Amino acid sequence: MPTVAYREALNQAMAEEMERDDRIFLMGEEVGHYNGAYKVSKGLLDKFGEKRVIDTPIAEGGFVGVGIGAAMVGLRPIIELMTWNFSLVAADQLINNAAKIRQMSGGQFTLPVVFRGPGGSAHQLAAQHSQSTEALWAHIPGLKVVMPANPKDAKGLLKSAIRDDNPIVFIEGEVMYGDQGEIPEGEYTIPLGVAEVKRQGKDLTIIGWSKMVKLALQVAEQLAPEGIDIEVVDPRTIRPLDEALLVQSVKKTGRCLILEEGWPFNGVGAEIAYRIGKACFDDLDAPVERLTGADMPMPYNHHLEAMCVPDAARTIAAVKRVLYLE
Amino acid sequence: MAQILDMPQLSDTMREGVLRKWRKNEGDKIAPGELLAEVETDKATMDFEAFDEGVLLKRLIGDGTTVPVGSPIAIIGKTGEDITALVEQAKARSASGGKKPAAPAPAAKAPEAKPTPAPAPAPAAAPAAPNGAARAAAPARPAAPAPAQVSRPAAAPAPAAGKVLASPLARKLATDLGVDLRAVQGTGPGGRIVERDVKAVADGGSSAASAPANDTAPAEAAAQAEPAKPAAPLPDKIIPDRRAEARPAAPVPSDDVEKPLSMMRRTIARRLLESKTSIPHFYLTMDVDMDAAMEFRSQVSQVHNAKLSINDLVIKASALALRRIPEANASFTDEAIVEHARVDVGMAVAIEDGLVTPVIRDADHKTLGQISNEAHEMAKRARDRKLRPEEMTGATFSVSNLGMLGIRDFCAIINPPEAAILAVGAVRKEPVVKGDKIVIGQRMSLTLSCDHRVIDGALGAKLLQAITSILERPIALAF
Repeated sequence: MPTVAYREALNQAMAEEMERDDRIFLMGEEVGHYNGAYKVSKGLLDKFGEKRVIDTPIAEGGFVGVGIGAAMVGLRPIIELMTWNFSLVAADQLINNAAKIRQMSGGQFTLPVVFRGPGGSAHQLAAQHSQSTEALWAHIPGLKVVMPANPKDAKGLLKSAIRDDNPIVFIEGEVMYGDQGEIPEGEYTIPLGVAEVKRQGKDLTIIGWSKMVKLALQVAEQLAPEGIDIEVVDPRTIRPLDEALLVQSVKKTGRCLILEEGWPFNGVGAEIAYRIGKACFDDLDAPVERLTGADMPMPYNHHLEAMCVPDAARTIAAVKRVLYLE
Repeated sequence: MAQILDMPQLSDTMREGVLRKWRKNEGDKIAPGELLAEVETDKATMDFEAFDEGVLLKRLIGDGTTVPVGSPIAIIGKTGEDITALVEQAKARSASGGKKPAAPAPAAKAPEAKPTPAPAPAPAAAPAAPNGAARAAAPARPAAPAPAQVSRPAAAPAPAAGKVLASPLARKLATDLGVDLRAVQGTGPGGRIVERDVKAVADGGSSAASAPANDTAPAEAAAQAEPAKPAAPLPDKIIPDRRAEARPAAPVPSDDVEKPLSMMRRTIARRLLESKTSIPHFYLTMDVDMDAAMEFRSQVSQVHNAKLSINDLVIKASALALRRIPEANASFTDEAIVEHARVDVGMAVAIEDGLVTPVIRDADHKTLGQISNEAHEMAKRARDRKLRPEEMTGATFSVSNLGMLGIRDFCAIINPPEAAILAVGAVRKEPVVKGDKIVIGQRMSLTLSCDHRVIDGALGAKLLQAITSILERPIALAF
């Protein structure tokens, strides 16, 4: 299987889909001539021309709205947000239009539009540019929220998102674009709403998504020599959530730690913890534990920033808490 | 309206109780605070006082019967009341408790089964009066019964209700494997029973496991003495199970005598194992020149016509030393080292099937005579198992003395949350060098066991030095 970078996998997904369906177009800041702020759209302008790869002004409220309008009249736009932090400027379009048009029009309009771009903390971008917004979007009925954790998932999930007739929030890991990984050769898609067990284990389930999957896998390998056998489950799609697989895993291990980069209050992990608590009550050997980002705006200072996101040491401590080993 | 009276929980660690002696007969009137019965807990024999007014209509168990906390033991009400239904109900609770722990319902259906407050330790722990006369006037303990099903002591599992802290998985597993959760020692936070604990018990062939003997071949007579092995699957997880490792699983040979663990022995085993395995102990030993102390003791005994024990001197000396070195009169908690304002010295007393540590409160402020009287009186009550739990808890330091048994020196195990314990050996005569001569001197070995998290070597040595120096200049003890 070929090994590609996360950004390349996304690029392949868009290129293949645009090749397949000429209603698909890409629009956003710097997506064309600059090849994308994170080079995800590299080469697409040359390949598909200015009508299908469109540079926009810095006006999220405008081009997100244009994308919604375009989807309503039969096109299939991919709207790149330079980062999901900027989507907040377009929150009204996303929440009040994208999420609701289909229902409010009694199904007369479908919204086949993908909003994609990087999310989560990066490195020293400070409070307004380092936010995990998935809990915000997953809160809104009508939006699907997808968060791939590796190149294979990035490509397969993006292709499914582009083919979906509903508005999709597709959040890429801002520090993951260079991550390398194997992807299947040829055409493949990964259905939305299907989680994956990234590592089999017996003692504890860690549920994490996006870059938390990488952290969970790292911790699992680190703790294996101590005889701690961790199962890592990646929901991949935050909404719809593959509750069945999460529950199945926790029923197997009896213990659960949720890793989340975002804020704790009303976080995605809170919802998952509730569902696990309800479905697995008789199978739990310890309360569900959450390790989240700090409940505060992200500091600029490098050391403080590092303290605000889950890391290996805190994850190991949390694992041992859940296992009652400390 | 008549109601069932349940076996009360008279101490935090009490899981079952022995009704030693009824103090009221059927038909007797009872008023709140009146003595109903004597109940033996894992620590002591305690008075069970009525907290409702009425007539003792029926005793459901006889003297000497052991029942779990929360089991029906009597029915009280008004004279002439029809209690047939209640008796049936109590029987049903007892019967269902003795069977497979599947249905915790019957107890809850009882009309009287109103939620009862958790038994709280009596807040005002009256210090024991030196003459022992105050016992009858001790404050009444509101002995709220814990809701639980009944099982006869010999019968195995009843679902643990209310008081047992266990994870949902552990509860389910216990039900599946027929393990009585009350017989399981939890290793989770706050003693919560988790999956591995239940599996360890099931795997260890505890008497709590149900296992209707799965005989596949005619058993040899000798095999009957072996504990039944439940058909529980082995744990398939590899989470380290520290407790399971410590659990001996060897079958008992037929000619050995198996003495079931008493409640006290279980408690001692658990607490000492916890202490020895979780507290970093280190030991310091010093010899005390006891010539002066022995002379002092003899003089005081003559003057006051009282018999002071060496232990009394050691308790007083320890208390004075702890007052001088308050850093050693401390406890370790996860957040802080707590230096105690009071010096309360526990003294280990061996009793028939165990060990208790009655506490001499404010020992540094008491005279030798007071300490001696109190120690004597409490030791006697300890042997009679008449000490109240609050008289045996809360020491800040302990003294353990095996000198009277001829032990030269030994290392005692710390009694948490205390940070140290002093092991006292026998006073012995031996040749010592005084000036340039070898003469006969009296020596006593003291070994201080210290919790290294609280007391470092130098601090421990300082404390031991202080105790030694007081005993060697015993005039300090006179004040």
